Amino acid sequence: MAVMNMIEAINSGLETMMERDDNVVIMGEDVGYFGGVFRATAGLQEKFGKTRCFDTPISECGIIGAAVGMCAYGLRPVPEIQFADYIYPGMDQLISEAARLRYRSAGEFTAPMTVRSPVGGGIFGGQTHSQSPEAMFTHVSGLKTVIPSTPYDAKGLLIASIEDNDPVLFLEPKRIYNGPFTGYYDNPVSPWSKFAESEVPEGHYTVPLGKAKIVREGDAVTVLAYGTMVHVAKAVVEEHGINAEVIDLRTLVPVDIETIEKSVKKTGRCLIVHEATRTSGFGAELSALVQERCFYHLEAPIERVTGFDTPYPHSLEWAYFPGPVRIGEALEKIVRDLKS
Amino acid sequence: MVDDNRKSNLPPLTLHIPEPKFRPGDVVDYSDLDIPQAGAQARPDINTAPKDMRDMVYDMVRVLDDGHKAVGPWDPKLDDETLLTMLRTMVQVRTFDDRLHRQQRQGKTSFYMKCTGEEATSVAAAMALHADDMCFPSYRQQGILFVRGYPMIEMVNQIFSNKADKLKGRQLPIMYSSRELNFFTVSGNLTTQYPQAVGWAMASASKGDSRIAAVWCGEGSTAEGDFHAAMTFATVYNAPVIMNVVNNQWAISSFSGFAGAERTTFAARGAGYGIAALRVDGNDPLAVYAATSWAAERARTNQGPTLIEHFTYRAEAHSTSDDPTAYRSAQEREEWPLGDPINRLNKHLIQRGVWSDEQQEALDAECLEAVKEAVKEAAKNGILGHGLHQPFETMFQDVFEEMPWHLKEQAAQANKEREIKWPS
Repeated sequence: MAVMNMIEAINSGLETMMERDDNVVIMGEDVGYFGGVFRATAGLQEKFGKTRCFDTPISECGIIGAAVGMCAYGLRPVPEIQFADYIYPGMDQLISEAARLRYRSAGEFTAPMTVRSPVGGGIFGGQTHSQSPEAMFTHVSGLKTVIPSTPYDAKGLLIASIEDNDPVLFLEPKRIYNGPFTGYYDNPVSPWSKFAESEVPEGHYTVPLGKAKIVREGDAVTVLAYGTMVHVAKAVVEEHGINAEVIDLRTLVPVDIETIEKSVKKTGRCLIVHEATRTSGFGAELSALVQERCFYHLEAPIERVTGFDTPYPHSLEWAYFPGPVRIGEALEKIVRDLKS
Repeated sequence: MVDDNRKSNLPPLTLHIPEPKFRPGDVVDYSDLDIPQAGAQARPDINTAPKDMRDMVYDMVRVLDDGHKAVGPWDPKLDDETLLTMLRTMVQVRTFDDRLHRQQRQGKTSFYMKCTGEEATSVAAAMALHADDMCFPSYRQQGILFVRGYPMIEMVNQIFSNKADKLKGRQLPIMYSSRELNFFTVSGNLTTQYPQAVGWAMASASKGDSRIAAVWCGEGSTAEGDFHAAMTFATVYNAPVIMNVVNNQWAISSFSGFAGAERTTFAARGAGYGIAALRVDGNDPLAVYAATSWAAERARTNQGPTLIEHFTYRAEAHSTSDDPTAYRSAQEREEWPLGDPINRLNKHLIQRGVWSDEQQEALDAECLEAVKEAVKEAAKNGILGHGLHQPFETMFQDVFEEMPWHLKEQAAQANKEREIKWPS
C-alpha cells in the first residue's frame, strides 16, 4: 500500500497497465515529455519510451480517430482529452465509430480504448474548463461511462476500464484530484493523505465496472451521486443529521440498478445529485429508473439537485455549484414528514 | 455600420456560391480542362522530399496514351497476366454493380451503390498493395474485395441482409467488413476512416511491422474535419499510409467546387501539410497502379504518407436513392475526356496483341454468369423484408462484449413483441 492522491493513483494505474501489456499506449495533448497538464502521465514517457506515451496535435477528432485505428491494429490505447469541455470535436469518432464498431462489424472489429478526461468545476475554470458532459455519452449505445470519486477507486476502475474490451469514457472529477471536497469552497483542501481512500495498492487490482458503492449506510433517504458530489452530499447529510444512505454510482453505464433499487425500497426516498446541468441530465434517467422500479415504495417525490441550465459562470462559480444550501434544502424537503 | 462616405466608394460585397459549368440539357464542353499528355510526367525518386515534388500536385500522372500504348516513366511495366487479371476484376466489379443495382430495383434490398467508371481507383490500387496491407475504404471501393478474393455470395448476402449475412443484417447494403482480408468495416459517416487509417499506420510503425495502411474518401468529404486531422497526424508522425482522394466530380448533387475545386486541386492539399502528393488520371488503371506502387514503396521504407488524387468521373447516380438527371448534364459522362477505365485497359490489351473483342465478349458473359449464380445462391438465404432472417436475439448482441442488464430487459421486451407479432 502507498498513500496517493487521485492523480497519483491514476498515474499508477496507467503505469501498471503499461507494464503488463505492451499494447497499452497513451496519447494526448501535452501528455508526453511534460506528463500532462494535471500530471496524470508524469514519468510514463521516460519509463516506457516515446512510442508508448506521446504528445498529439491539438485535434480531438484526430486523437480519438487514430485511437480507433490503433484498436483495429490490436493496440489498447488510452487517449487523454485534456478537458472534457474539449471532447466535442471527437464526438463523431467516439459515438459513431468507437461505440458502434463491434455492432456494425458483428464483432470483427472492436474498440477497447479508454478515453480519460477531467470533468467538473470548482477550480475557477470558467465555462470551457468546468463542464460535466457525461449525459451526452450515457445516451450513446455501446459506450461505458465511469466516474471515480476516490484514489483507490480511480486506480481500480481505470485498470478495469483499460482491460475492458469495449470503449470506456473515464471521467475524472478534477476538483477532487488533490483531496475530497465538502462543498465549502472557503475551507482549505484537506489532502487525500488524511483519508483512508488514499491507501492504494502499488500493483494490479480492479474495481469492477457496473458496481456502485454504498459510502454511507442509512435508512432515511437514498442519495445517488457520483464524482465530486459524493463527498459534498455525504458532508451535507452529516451536517443535517439525516441518516441517509449515500451511494456512489462509480459507473453510469451500465448503472448498478440492483444497489439503487434495494436501497430506495429500503428508505422509500430518493435524492439525486449531480454537478451537470439539469435538463436531460443523468439525474433524469436515474429519476425515471427509480420511479419505474420503486414507485410503490416511495414515501415522497424524487428530488434532483443539479447545476443550473446555464453555462458554468466564472465569477459566479459558487453560486452555480450545487452546494450545501441546495442539497440541504432538498434533503430537508424530502424527509420533512419523517421529522414531523 | 460602416459610415456612408466610405461605403459609397466601394462596390458592395458579393457572396460567391459555386455553380457547376453544366446543368441538365446543357451542351458539355471540356476544352478548358487541362489534360496533360500521357507519359509526359517525370517520376520522382522514391526518396524525393515532398517539397521537391510540389509540381506533381497540379500535373496529372498518365500512362496510357491516345493510341492505347503504355508510355513514359510511370509505366509500371506489368506483365500480360497481371493486366488480364486487372481487366477481369474490373469487369467483374462492373457486372456485379449492374446486376445488384437491378436487384435493388426489383425490391430485393433497400439500397445499392455502384462504382461505375471508378473501378480503377480501387482495383488497380489494391493490386499494387500487399494482401496484408490494411485498407480503410469508403463506400465505393468494393473493387478491393474483388481483388482480395472475397466471395461474391458473401457480398450479396450482406446486400440482401439475409440470414447468411456475416454482419448479422445490421449494416446498410454495401457497407462490408472483412477482418480476414484486411478490409475495415465501412462507415456511413464520411471520412471517419481517414484518421483511423493513420492511427492503424502509426500502430504498425510503432510495432516495427512491415504492413502499411491505405484509405479512400471522395473529394466532397475532404471538407470534413476528419480529413484534415488525418493529414496533420499523418505528417506529424510520418505515418506509413496512402491517402486516396477519389475525385469523381460529384458529391450527390454538389459538384467538386463545394469542396474547393474551383481554386486548386485536391492533391495540392498535400503540399500544405508537407505530404508527398500525386494527381493521377483515375481512369487510367496503369497510372493508378504506378502511383500506388510508388506511394507504397515510400511508406514501406519509412518515407511517410502520400496523398493521391484520382481524377475520375462518377458515371452513374450517387446511389439507388439518387437521380443525377435532375442536376447535371447527361453529356458529361459521354464527353468525359479521360474515357472509361475498362475500355482503356481493354484497348491497351488488344493493342498488345493479347486480347480481342471476342475474348472481351466471352469475359463479359462469364462475369455475368458468375454474378447471377452468386445472386441465386444468396437469395436462398433470404432477401430483405421477406421474413426474419437474423435470429431475433442478434439485435442486442455486440453492443457490448457482455450484455448488461438494461439490454437484457429490452431484449426480453423485444421477444415478447415478437411472440405477439409473429406467433409461431
